[in-house]
Amino acid sequence: MAIRIKQPSVLPGFGLTLGYTIFYLSVIVLIPLSAMFIRAGSLGLGELWEVITSPRVLAAYKLTFGASLVGALLNAVFGFLVAWVLVRYTFPGKRIVDAAVDLPFAMPTAVSGIALVAVYSPSGWIGRYLEPLGIKAAYTPLGVTIALTFIGLPFVVRTLQPALEDLEAEVEEAAASLGATRWQTLRYVIIPTVLPAMLTGFTLAFARAVGEYGSVVFISGNLPMKTEIVPLLIITKLEQYDYAGATALGATMLVISFAILLTINVLQWWSTRHKRGA
Amino acid sequence: MSIEVRNISKRFGNFVALDNISLTVPTGKLIALLGPSGSGKTTLLRIIAGLEQADPDANGQPVGSILFHDEDVARTHVRDRRVGFVFQHYVLFRHMTVFENVAFGLRVLPRKQRPSRTEIADRVHELLRLVQLEGLAGRFPSQLSGGQRQRVALARALAVKPRVLLLDEPFGALDAKVRKELRTWLRRLHDELHITSVFVTHDQDEALEVADEIVIMNQGRIEQVGTPDEVFHHPATEFVMHFLGDVNTFHGRVNQGTIQFSDLELPFPSDRQEINGDARVFVRPYDVTIDTKTNGLPALEAKVVRVHSAGPLVRVELLTKTNQHLTSEISQERFATMNLEVNSTVYVRPRHIRVFASNGTGSR
Repeated sequence: MAIRIKQPSVLPGFGLTLGYTIFYLSVIVLIPLSAMFIRAGSLGLGELWEVITSPRVLAAYKLTFGASLVGALLNAVFGFLVAWVLVRYTFPGKRIVDAAVDLPFAMPTAVSGIALVAVYSPSGWIGRYLEPLGIKAAYTPLGVTIALTFIGLPFVVRTLQPALEDLEAEVEEAAASLGATRWQTLRYVIIPTVLPAMLTGFTLAFARAVGEYGSVVFISGNLPMKTEIVPLLIITKLEQYDYAGATALGATMLVISFAILLTINVLQWWSTRHKRGA
Repeated sequence: MSIEVRNISKRFGNFVALDNISLTVPTGKLIALLGPSGSGKTTLLRIIAGLEQADPDANGQPVGSILFHDEDVARTHVRDRRVGFVFQHYVLFRHMTVFENVAFGLRVLPRKQRPSRTEIADRVHELLRLVQLEGLAGRFPSQLSGGQRQRVALARALAVKPRVLLLDEPFGALDAKVRKELRTWLRRLHDELHITSVFVTHDQDEALEVADEIVIMNQGRIEQVGTPDEVFHHPATEFVMHFLGDVNTFHGRVNQGTIQFSDLELPFPSDRQEINGDARVFVRPYDVTIDTKTNGLPALEAKVVRVHSAGPLVRVELLTKTNQHLTSEISQERFATMNLEVNSTVYVRPRHIRVFASNGTGSR
């Protein structure tokens, strides 16, 4: 039996739109990415392995993915809180708070980086109070994490907002009338219901953080083996005209990122099983 | 478990939702709160459930009380009131299966009171049997029809063995046929369980068919409380008369044992002394008889405007000589013998009238 990929539909243009989609994706995404793999391949396997497993690069991978993960997790928790407040309550200045959420989106990332340094450096507004507590924010992995949390916030808030708006207050009333405490309602009803949106927000924040450069390089101090992120190493290699090395790092990051995103996608597919009617 | 509501008031801004309401629901009865939208019926139900709080007095002191079998629960959180609440739009937990939805109330019990896994499973299956959804335990709400979802919601509410069952327009979101089936089913279920229940509805047929007793509400006040027979055959106010079905209205005058309205003069027993002078006369369409010839009895002359014969009764719209619109409902058999046509002249007689003084009180 032939597999039917085309469903009869009142709207024409399946062939046209699919063709365009493939063409567009090829030009914008696939061709540049494959060029990167080809370029990286020019190194030869042994050399490639050496580049991507040098101790300095491994430390950068660890920091980039580690800090991105922590940042995205922090955003998932506190972004949920922000989205919750914005959806459920009315208070003076709500619109301003709502708009402020988007600021990390709108600013050039280098500006955010400079601002973060001004605040978190040992003489900065917050840094000077952290210093006596023995907490060093600027020029440490902690600083990198702060920067990556900062730029990821809007993704979580903006994906959670519609999901929370969709959740009727009656759901909470139903849970309460069945004897659930506030915590149980949150844990067993609200969070599982918005989990797919939360995962999407988490994924976007994580993906953005992995590729972030501008806001991190100022606050990190770029100490080799300590606070270097992978995008910085790539830029460094490019500045030394080591194009093959740079693309090798890029390709590796792409593979790791793709694997992580795929895993999250599978999680998400699982978390929305009730919508498909398993 | 009886429910007693004493002196409850509730405002939303300037809108008075409930105006000093008192009400008793006897143990094991199924009561309908009936009224148009905005009459306060849902607010009253939500206050009984604890989802809403009654207004305090000017000093912030609590006013009124809600008693479940002599225990005042007005200050008890909804969580601890042990009420089963069923919402109009089901409000099932959409990420949980039918089984998990019904089990929810048992699983969130404190560890000490929580039944074991097998006990929970037994109880859930017993409830699903009760609501006739045994095979669907593994489905998600999105895979169920509206009627099935509402039955899951009912099973979920019953799982915690509530002291009272409260239903907010439980069939309001369903289509007409399912609604009729479900309300008959709810009545049977109640006869099995005998749990004190209150349901809110704006559908008088639903209330008349299902409830043991009907509380008719209007503008935050109770107009009448009574069995379906009482409220239907002996409406206490004009509002109840209007709300419980179609009615023809006339302006009339009561004078020395007679009542005059339109072209008619009918005897009016003088035991109803409180009505004298201007009055309003109500006649149900099925109490309006039609004859093609005069037979000596007092009757109104009228012309046929429209005939709707598709239905158990034939509905005839009429225009009297005094230019008043009137509706009559006659049996199909009678209609067949009469040969009614649009514009034919007929003689109309009210078989049974109900009179309220124009100031709004009194009836017969």
